[in-house]
Amino acid sequence: MPNETPLLSLEGISKDFYGNVVLEDVTFSVGRGQIVGLVGENGAGKTTLMRILFGMPVIAETGGFKGTVSLDGKPVAFKSPFDALDAGIGMVHQEFSLIPGFTTTENITLNRETMKSNLACDIFGSRMSVLDRAAMRKRASVAIERLGVKLDPDMLVSEMPVGHKQFTEIAREIDRANVKLLVLDEPTAVLTESEAEVLLASLRTLASQGISIIFISHRLHEIVKVADRIVVLRDGKAVKDVPTAGTTVHDIAKWMVGRDVQASVTELSTCKENTFLSVEHLWVDMPGETVRDVSFEVREGEIFGIGGLAGQGKLGIANGIMGLFPGGGKVTVDGKDIPLNDPHGVLNSHMASVSEDRRGVGLLLDETLEWNIAFTAMQAKGEYLTPVLGGLFKLRDEKAMKKLAEQYVKQLEIKCTGTKQRAMELSGGNQQKICLAKAFALNPRLLFVSEPTRGIDVGAKAIVLETLRTYNREFGMTIVMISSELEELRSICHRIAIVDEGKIAGILAPTADIAEFGLLMSGEPDDKNGDAA
Amino acid sequence: MNRIKAFITDFGWPRIIIALFLLGLFISAPIVGVKLGPSFTDVFNRFGQNAIMVLALVPMVQAGCGLNFGLPLGILAGLLGSTLAMQLGFVGAPGFIVAILITIPFGLLFGLGYGKLLNKVKGEEMTIAMYVGFSAVMLFSILWLVLPYTKADLVMGYAGEGLRRSISLEKYWAKLLNDFLAVRIGDFVFPTGLMLFVGLCVLFIFVFMRTRTGTALTAVGSNPDYARASGVSVERMRTVSTVVSTVLGGVGILVYQQSFGFVQVYDAPLYMAFPAVSALLIGGASVTKASMVNVVIGTFLFQGMLTMTPSVINSVLKTDMSEVIRIIVSNGMIIYALTRKTKVTK
Repeated sequence: MPNETPLLSLEGISKDFYGNVVLEDVTFSVGRGQIVGLVGENGAGKTTLMRILFGMPVIAETGGFKGTVSLDGKPVAFKSPFDALDAGIGMVHQEFSLIPGFTTTENITLNRETMKSNLACDIFGSRMSVLDRAAMRKRASVAIERLGVKLDPDMLVSEMPVGHKQFTEIAREIDRANVKLLVLDEPTAVLTESEAEVLLASLRTLASQGISIIFISHRLHEIVKVADRIVVLRDGKAVKDVPTAGTTVHDIAKWMVGRDVQASVTELSTCKENTFLSVEHLWVDMPGETVRDVSFEVREGEIFGIGGLAGQGKLGIANGIMGLFPGGGKVTVDGKDIPLNDPHGVLNSHMASVSEDRRGVGLLLDETLEWNIAFTAMQAKGEYLTPVLGGLFKLRDEKAMKKLAEQYVKQLEIKCTGTKQRAMELSGGNQQKICLAKAFALNPRLLFVSEPTRGIDVGAKAIVLETLRTYNREFGMTIVMISSELEELRSICHRIAIVDEGKIAGILAPTADIAEFGLLMSGEPDDKNGDAA
Repeated sequence: MNRIKAFITDFGWPRIIIALFLLGLFISAPIVGVKLGPSFTDVFNRFGQNAIMVLALVPMVQAGCGLNFGLPLGILAGLLGSTLAMQLGFVGAPGFIVAILITIPFGLLFGLGYGKLLNKVKGEEMTIAMYVGFSAVMLFSILWLVLPYTKADLVMGYAGEGLRRSISLEKYWAKLLNDFLAVRIGDFVFPTGLMLFVGLCVLFIFVFMRTRTGTALTAVGSNPDYARASGVSVERMRTVSTVVSTVLGGVGILVYQQSFGFVQVYDAPLYMAFPAVSALLIGGASVTKASMVNVVIGTFLFQGMLTMTPSVINSVLKTDMSEVIRIIVSNGMIIYALTRKTKVTK
């Protein structure tokens, strides 16, 4: 469609959150009746891009964006999602926003119900009009038909299988009179494979009726199957904008994770041969990060990386082993069984962890740095206590705590006004260093670090990673590092496991081809799908 | 100017206003013909009388269980302690000590059950606590009637059974602590023994909050997830805090009784938690943080105001305004603190 005005075009979209650039000069367009597949890792900027498109208030509140969004060739600036809806853009969210106790029809026509006037309306005004159920049902049926699926218009949402809920949600969007563009954010994430097939088919049907679609998914083979064009976002830039024909899953995976810069592979410490940590058939019930069946072994002195997309269960592994979420399976460290579901017992087994939820779990925001650093060691090991009255009872050893805090402030270059400062007042990077100091204060032989560089600036990132390397090299500390940032894992780890759907999809060397990581992350079997398209 | 502003925000408007009000009362007292000596004696007596019950709130605030509106539960333990000690015929100092010794196991028992209950209603502690207090007081109103007390000083004269509404401690241990080593300067009497006992209790909590358990307790209140990740049992710590609070509440009422001179049963403990709570809040504590300084300053300001308003205001206005002012201040303080709490969490 070279001469036609594209339905939607985004030009030079840039956005930063307080100096942290998340989108940089993104340009692409969506033609009428076209399906554009939008792919990218977590944090590549997909969500922000969609928020800009919808005029979400959060964008304006954080200083707006640069660039122009045009619809039908005319620049538009939506002040709120309602404006976007009026302009004919529909959004289907990852989580369902349906009312469980309502029927399909009621959900599809919600807030746009067909009304029937009656006698009362003449007296009291249109607020007294009643629902025209027959007309609503008809509208719902039309919308469902356009989707090309079978849905019972009278079924309660609470009784529906997941797939039907997803269809109801889409039907609701296309029930709008003027819908021109649909944005689907991970619509297949909760569906089974066969349900996903049906969904893809109905997307094709919609596209043939002239509705344009932006399809966001991590399942690359679906993208290849359904999209006309593929836009790959990486680190806030649209790195690729290609027609699907001739593109393979393998290519997309590579574009998605590949960086222009070569990973700086520093010299790694040599780890010993013996197995230090062994995990067998671990399951962890952590909401949003369920671990289903994970087994792996880590050698002594190794830095073992665990990567994978958000929500696949990589965070659940550390939290489960540390006893913070209920789990089961067998975990042994240095030949000894580790009690699960017992945070105290774990800390006493020469293990420590740095939580991914820095502010929620990692810190006592209202307390001093001294408390933050020494508390775990005090509770788990009875350190930093001093006996009084001839050992009658023990009190906090404030002096020792201060000394400890000062030692780490110096060692990790923590920027603070003093060790009495409250943890809340530090920047993200310095808070992360406090979390590390807290774990180091336990003198662990095995350290779990989850998302150590999430939300911190480049300088702090470097210090955090260097500190981990130092502790590994000098003290032979075995480290299991869990991170969403593959590049980071590749720069520091001996081996990297990729977690997908609660299981280990594979373990790779950091020097392995970047595309292999991408394939494992997307849950694509490594061998056959390489050339399928 | 900025320093003054910073000081005001730091110290808090309510504390400043009440302190100024109290200062005004002390200044105007001689003018309207109220003697300062006895007034100060009253202020100190009432301070000591109430301080331990205010102190009893601290462990639970620190452990994140909120303000202990269930303080009457501890008070009931104290009432059992004093009435049983009297029934058993103990008088004087031994009587007071036996009362404490009886109070402690009851306080432990009540505190344990109460702690278990509060662990099931995390986030709603203060509401539940209030009803626990109310219903326990009512249950005991029945018990006071049916428990087999026989001592003539205790039971109702005409029936020979069931406790009296208020029981005089005259022949037992009234003013025991107040008179111990009391220092008399003109018409001002400093209740040394009472102050020593309060000081001892404050020191106990001060030390307790610095032990491993006390530290863990504070961390639980500050961030339960952090505490759990550090191997601390959140539920256990919360129970410990309710037990300490309940036992201390029981000891607190014993001190109150000896100074007041009477044991009051039936519905008397019903509203005991409110003055204690507002005293702590006036002292500058929040729903999540409280210190010994908050306890001392708060009790002094609150009780000082209660003591001075009747004498001063009444001699000016010739009406009894003290009760009205007490209710406005104590309940107003509680509302203020609760709204401030939601502001912070937002």
